Amino acid sequence: MEGLERIIKEHPFFAGLPGEFCQLICGCAKNARFEAGQYLFHEGEPANEFYLLREGRVALQLQDPGRGAVIFQTLGPGEIVGVSWLIPPYRWTYEAKALETVRAIAMNAFCLRQKCEADHDLGYDMMKRFMPVLIERLQATRLQILDVYGAHA
Amino acid sequence: MPDDAAAWPSPMVPRIARVRRRFPEGPKVWTLEIEEDGGAGMSFAPGQFNMLSVFGVGEIPVSMSGDASDASCIVHTIRAVGPVSAALAGLESGDILGVRGPFGMGWPMAEAEGHDVVIVAGGLGLAPLRPALYHLLCRRSCFGKAVLLYGARSPEDILFRHELDTWAREQIIDAVVTVDHARSSWNGHAGAVTTLIPRAGFDPKRAIALVCGPEVMMRFAITALRSAGVSAQAIYLSMERNMKCAAGLCGRCQFGPVLVCRDGPVFRFDSLRSLLAIKEL
Repeated sequence: MEGLERIIKEHPFFAGLPGEFCQLICGCAKNARFEAGQYLFHEGEPANEFYLLREGRVALQLQDPGRGAVIFQTLGPGEIVGVSWLIPPYRWTYEAKALETVRAIAMNAFCLRQKCEADHDLGYDMMKRFMPVLIERLQATRLQILDVYGAHA
Repeated sequence: MPDDAAAWPSPMVPRIARVRRRFPEGPKVWTLEIEEDGGAGMSFAPGQFNMLSVFGVGEIPVSMSGDASDASCIVHTIRAVGPVSAALAGLESGDILGVRGPFGMGWPMAEAEGHDVVIVAGGLGLAPLRPALYHLLCRRSCFGKAVLLYGARSPEDILFRHELDTWAREQIIDAVVTVDHARSSWNGHAGAVTTLIPRAGFDPKRAIALVCGPEVMMRFAITALRSAGVSAQAIYLSMERNMKCAAGLCGRCQFGPVLVCRDGPVFRFDSLRSLLAIKEL
């Protein structure tokens, strides 16, 4: 547990996390490893976990009939995979595939949601960490939707 | 005015040049190597542009995309999107075209010496930045950390792929390429180029940023650079407006109080900050 606590504290996403919160969320954490080509999750499945990436890159992608998988974002060490666990109905809206060997901390979403409900200070801290990630990804998505490099640009 | 006025080339009269070589860079994007008739060379600064004309069709501004230290050959990278650019992109080896230039203010390469240099390019915006990259690579020891963050639409749209691979492989600069979307066979980065900025690992206090791409992308890039701690005085961007005379006479490219052809196309961000927010401009 001590190792997990240290890893979580050192992960950029949890920079500055108060010690008591770290102990709380450590109870929801475990090590995870995925080989290249292995899926972290598929679209439509319950969003039971999210991942703090430590090593390796992950592709987020959607299946498009006729085109196959379309990658729209890649994530690497220091970043997190998965925000669907925050909002009902807690299901993945895309799939995540390891592009290379990935080492991560998997956080049990049900466990963490319960702890956030029981301790709103922890919940608020978590929201403050996830909101910038959500905003950054929303803004990036806007740029991608605008197709700014297209022929009209 | 000298006695022999004819000895002074008018900036308004195109000089005749020929296409030496033409090669594809991506969908509808071609690079032309041209040389002026009579073998006259051209000196230019990274970031400057020429007015290129196809006789009988029209004239457009196109940034130089080649090495400024090689005066014998002028290189332009053109995407065929309108009648003139399509005609230019369709020129073959030996075909003639008109050239006026070089025009405008280029990238602040001298000011950037001693600093980290962060180059943020989007789409065809990598072309006007390539001369700056050549300059930086040629005088590599004069600069701090050098980072190239390049966003393209898809893997097929990546420009200058061979050079990007070489720069990344030889670790001369930190070159990171990302695409907006890709098939599952793509093993590189995907996502908006702006998301690379917080993770680029440069020192924001000693960095100078050179940004070129679609204006929306540049606005997002500036926001990300400012959030990373880069000052407004250290961000330079290359603006694009409809230029006609290119000599500051016609006013066609007026952008508030400045003329993009004469005062730009490269501007320091703090000089344009208030103008970028005015949608009528």
